[in-house]
Amino acid sequence: MTTEPAWMRGLLLGSALLFLGCFLVLPLVTVFTEALRKGVGAYLASIGDPAAVSAIRLTLLAAGIAVPANVVFGVAASWAIARFEFPGRSVLITLIDLPFAVSPVISGLIYVLLFGMQGALGPWLAAHNMQIIFAVPGIVLATVFVTFPFVARELIPLMQEQGSEEEEAALLLGASGWQTFWRVTLPNIKWGLLYGVILCNARAMGEFGAVSVVSGHIRGKTNTVPLHVEILYNEYNFAGAFAVASLLALLALVTLAIKSALEWKIRAETAALRPEGGE
Amino acid sequence: MSIDVRNVSKTFGNYVALRDVSLRVDNGELVALLGPSGSGKTTLLRIIAGLETPDPADGSTVIVAGEDITARNAQERRVGFVFQHYALFRHMTVFENIAFGLRVRPRRERAPNGEIRDRVNQLLALIQLDGLAHRYPAQLSGGQRQRVALARALAIEPKVLLLDEPFGALDAKVRQELRRWLRRLHDEIHVTSVLVTHDQDEALEVADRIVVMNQARIEQTGTPEEVFHNPASEFVMEFLGQVNLFHGRVESGKVVVAASKEAGAGARIFVRPFDLEIHREAKGDTPLAARVKRIQSAGPSVKVELAGENGQPILVEMPHERLRELELKRDDTVFVNPREARVFLEDYSI
Repeated sequence: MTTEPAWMRGLLLGSALLFLGCFLVLPLVTVFTEALRKGVGAYLASIGDPAAVSAIRLTLLAAGIAVPANVVFGVAASWAIARFEFPGRSVLITLIDLPFAVSPVISGLIYVLLFGMQGALGPWLAAHNMQIIFAVPGIVLATVFVTFPFVARELIPLMQEQGSEEEEAALLLGASGWQTFWRVTLPNIKWGLLYGVILCNARAMGEFGAVSVVSGHIRGKTNTVPLHVEILYNEYNFAGAFAVASLLALLALVTLAIKSALEWKIRAETAALRPEGGE
Repeated sequence: MSIDVRNVSKTFGNYVALRDVSLRVDNGELVALLGPSGSGKTTLLRIIAGLETPDPADGSTVIVAGEDITARNAQERRVGFVFQHYALFRHMTVFENIAFGLRVRPRRERAPNGEIRDRVNQLLALIQLDGLAHRYPAQLSGGQRQRVALARALAIEPKVLLLDEPFGALDAKVRQELRRWLRRLHDEIHVTSVLVTHDQDEALEVADRIVVMNQARIEQTGTPEEVFHNPASEFVMEFLGQVNLFHGRVESGKVVVAASKEAGAGARIFVRPFDLEIHREAKGDTPLAARVKRIQSAGPSVKVELAGENGQPILVEMPHERLRELELKRDDTVFVNPREARVFLEDYSI
């Protein structure tokens, strides 16, 4: 029980709410009002614009590749880390965290230095008629890199807490490794995995810095939604910029809603599973 | 079906968990591996199950039912295994947990659904949980969960049943009920079983034979009566219940209890608390004077704590009626006579 007087609680709660209102709710409301300032027709026209549609398509493509790649890698890495002791384990953990530690712009730059025309692999790629920087592959690569940690970070503690006994039990009952994975491991981590996927997806679609460096901003070709918003804004097309931005804001809201639902679900499940003794 | 483990060692890095251990379990036997934590008993069990591989060495083999299974993995061994923390599949109902081992069989060997259902229902009846087939593990008590785990292990008709501290996570009362139930169950189905425990009462009560382990080796193997009444080593004596230690020396073929550790050299005398008698006056060969420090009479027998001449603690257990006869009180001076003792002579050659 709290011992603070009522006015104190009111003050603390009030300031927290005020802060939230100023820095989160107000901007969100602004995005939608600005987007609809010139009416629903203009709003739909901005979104239906070929450049916008191409940006949306590219964003979906990047996320569509980054998220599954992340799921596969994240599950494999967390399984290895949670279940086994092996040399290089702590290095792997550190590497997984690397994209969180490095500024996205730097990660983009690294790809430019590696695959760009002046980069280490640039001439070879050019000789084989492959373009990565200022093209779709670079955007996908940058997105994959930046979203690297999301699934693994979520799953490692979860799998460590669950332990490997259920998997051992499955093996002893005659299940193959594959059956054990699909029937025991995956169902046990499904909510945590989904949580990681949601966050990973939000980041993949919203990523700006790394993608901006490798994209080259070719309208209709290498622009993602966040880059398209920036271009529109810089052209003083505020209504258009906000209209497209509202899509990202909507994505954020949906992500938040799913995230809260999942958190609630995960908490309920782990609470129900706390071992208890006795009849 | 019998289990034959020969010359198995296991090291984890620098830590030696098993040192050249051999063990035989006969068909239909229930053997308890008893020892303190770190003695290697769980490692031995996991090696039989195929969850750990023994250190490669010539002649290091695991044979179950006459078949050398050393090279086989856990999936192919068909052993039933029960974990201390149940390890039930949390997202499956009780029914699906028990059916798991039947459902994951290759299609050729898999029984039709109806047969699986019958088999699971039989097992549910065996563990007396008929009505709970559609519950999830989280909705069961600890004792119920462990019975489900046992039914799940039995569903695959295992060659042998391995139980790793199966009652360790349960509270005292449930533990007692469940181990009696397990013993009855074993008498009914006669599956060769190995039970790992650190609880000597559990081992003495449940097992046909007890294997006492200490520091990666087997100290003694025998029936509960043998290991309890004829312990082969000081470790076994001390591990199987409380014991008083006196020092003494050998004089013309007889052991004499010495007052202190220094005066007594050569013999270590172990006496169980219920093998000590208390008298008001000195009697017999070797009476030890002692002062009563504490009388604890709540329980099936009375426990009296005394202090010997040098303040050495002595624990005596006696029936309630004997306490009434003696009319013991705190700080009374009495004499203690061992009725039966086990003497271990120290090795002078070292």
